[in-house]
Amino acid sequence: MASTHTGATARLMLSPAVALLLLWMAVPLAMTLWYSLHDYQLLMPRGNDFVGLENYVYFLTDPAFFQSLANTFALLAGVLAITVIGGVGLALLLDRPMHGQGIVRLLVVSPFFVMPTVSALVWKNMFMNPVNGLFAWIAQVFGMRAIDWLAEAPLLSLTLMVAWGWLPFATLILLTALQSLDAEQKEAAEMDGANAFARFIHITLPHLARAIAVVILIQTIFLLSLFAEILVTTNGGPGTQSTNLAYLVYSQTLLRFDVGSASAGGMVAVVLANILAIFLMRLVGKNLER
Amino acid sequence: MARASDNRHKLLVTSVAWVVALAIFFPILWTVLTSFKTEGAAVAIPPQFLFFDWTTQNYAEVWARTDYLRHFTNSVVISVGSSLLGLFIAIPAAWSLAFSPTRRTRGVLMWMLSTKMLPAVGVLVPIYLLFKSAGLLDTRTGLVIVLMLSNLPIMVWMLFTYFKEIPRDILEAARMDGATPGRELLYILAPMALPGIASTLLLNVILAWNESFWTLNLTAASTGSLTAFIASFSAPEGLFYAKLSAASTLAIAPIVVLGWLSQKQLVRGLTFGAVK
Repeated sequence: MASTHTGATARLMLSPAVALLLLWMAVPLAMTLWYSLHDYQLLMPRGNDFVGLENYVYFLTDPAFFQSLANTFALLAGVLAITVIGGVGLALLLDRPMHGQGIVRLLVVSPFFVMPTVSALVWKNMFMNPVNGLFAWIAQVFGMRAIDWLAEAPLLSLTLMVAWGWLPFATLILLTALQSLDAEQKEAAEMDGANAFARFIHITLPHLARAIAVVILIQTIFLLSLFAEILVTTNGGPGTQSTNLAYLVYSQTLLRFDVGSASAGGMVAVVLANILAIFLMRLVGKNLER
Repeated sequence: MARASDNRHKLLVTSVAWVVALAIFFPILWTVLTSFKTEGAAVAIPPQFLFFDWTTQNYAEVWARTDYLRHFTNSVVISVGSSLLGLFIAIPAAWSLAFSPTRRTRGVLMWMLSTKMLPAVGVLVPIYLLFKSAGLLDTRTGLVIVLMLSNLPIMVWMLFTYFKEIPRDILEAARMDGATPGRELLYILAPMALPGIASTLLLNVILAWNESFWTLNLTAASTGSLTAFIASFSAPEGLFYAKLSAASTLAIAPIVVLGWLSQKQLVRGLTFGAVK
């Protein structure tokens, strides 16, 4: 009797969260799907005709779409490469005994807490500006031509500033994972005469594998919707050179008021994210069973 | 002999680590330094690192010319409001998942996680239109609701991983001793659950403070949070480096300090308990 009572209470306690998330997920998604099948322009008198897959055809054959898709993946790959490789290196460094370890850690994690609009504007103006930026000054000191970073290499510039923000995240997670590595195991390997490189390849790296996978997948979720950095630095330009999928959907909606094709783009983003999400779910799910 | 080489090794590691850490931290340091320069000194080539006329003029101007305080208040209301509201809904849910697990518990948790993977752009159009017709565009209420919903899965998950560690034996012992559910909650569970709840609150305040997809899309610069306020500097004003730096320093300082206090929880919360 007591158990049916607590069972009912438990369900009651759980239901608000489940109901809210269901609403949050299902209703807008259904609406996006609905809009994506209709010709819906915010500025037009409401014709709102059913057009089938026309929006998808329009969106998917738009050259800007392929460019934005390529940009989305280029940004993703670049930031992941920098943060994972740099993160492993930094974690190995910070794991060693040193003076002032606590302060070093604080300095390294700080960029993660800087809001994206601040980080983007600071990089854009104070570092990458071709006239007054620090990079321009460094180039000048070495007798090189100052580069207009955001105009000449917009994707690379964005990759660098975004990677700066995510490197601390990767480092922190990998460092946490590293600290759970059994010291005895390391010592035993050292006794057996394994050199530092062999120990890294055969003991440390396999131990970090899961943490690396988690870093990659979580960053992927956030990086697929990268937006603020692009909005305040390049506005997706020059042309569409730094437009990603999120920014393209934004510009279709709020700049061109084409709800139909923006929705089609939104659905494409959802499908993409879902494919990637399946992997993360498996990973976290495994952990839950343990 | 071995000790001497150990010491030398430690010194080497220390210096390499400090150089790397300072390089990573440099953009923040540079922003703070620039915020104390005159506009002329801020763009001077070669750059002036420490020896310039220190001034607090920029802070005074940012304070006077822009509605900094209002944006700051907006940020506080939105981040703390959405986190508290989220806790209110997430605590009972996580509690029930941790203490009354059923066959469906795992499924429910995985499903909640999956909602977090839904990219925001996928629902931008309907949320924007719904908010427009409900008059929620450009309001703090609207953002509190959206940010609460988008962080709810993280909150439930984080709380769940903390609650799961509370030994159930203690609960059963208390019940045997005749504790009523109310007393059980107040005297036994609350003290044990409080640290987990506090870290969840902290992490979510940080996430909401820096959130910049919904805050930029659902508010105008004049009524938005600090994220939107700083974004307004992307216009010509951004060329005033010293003022941009002062505004940026004011916007990030509180949250960087909060972040320093919550490093450990951050790892746990953002990996959904997969890395501890």
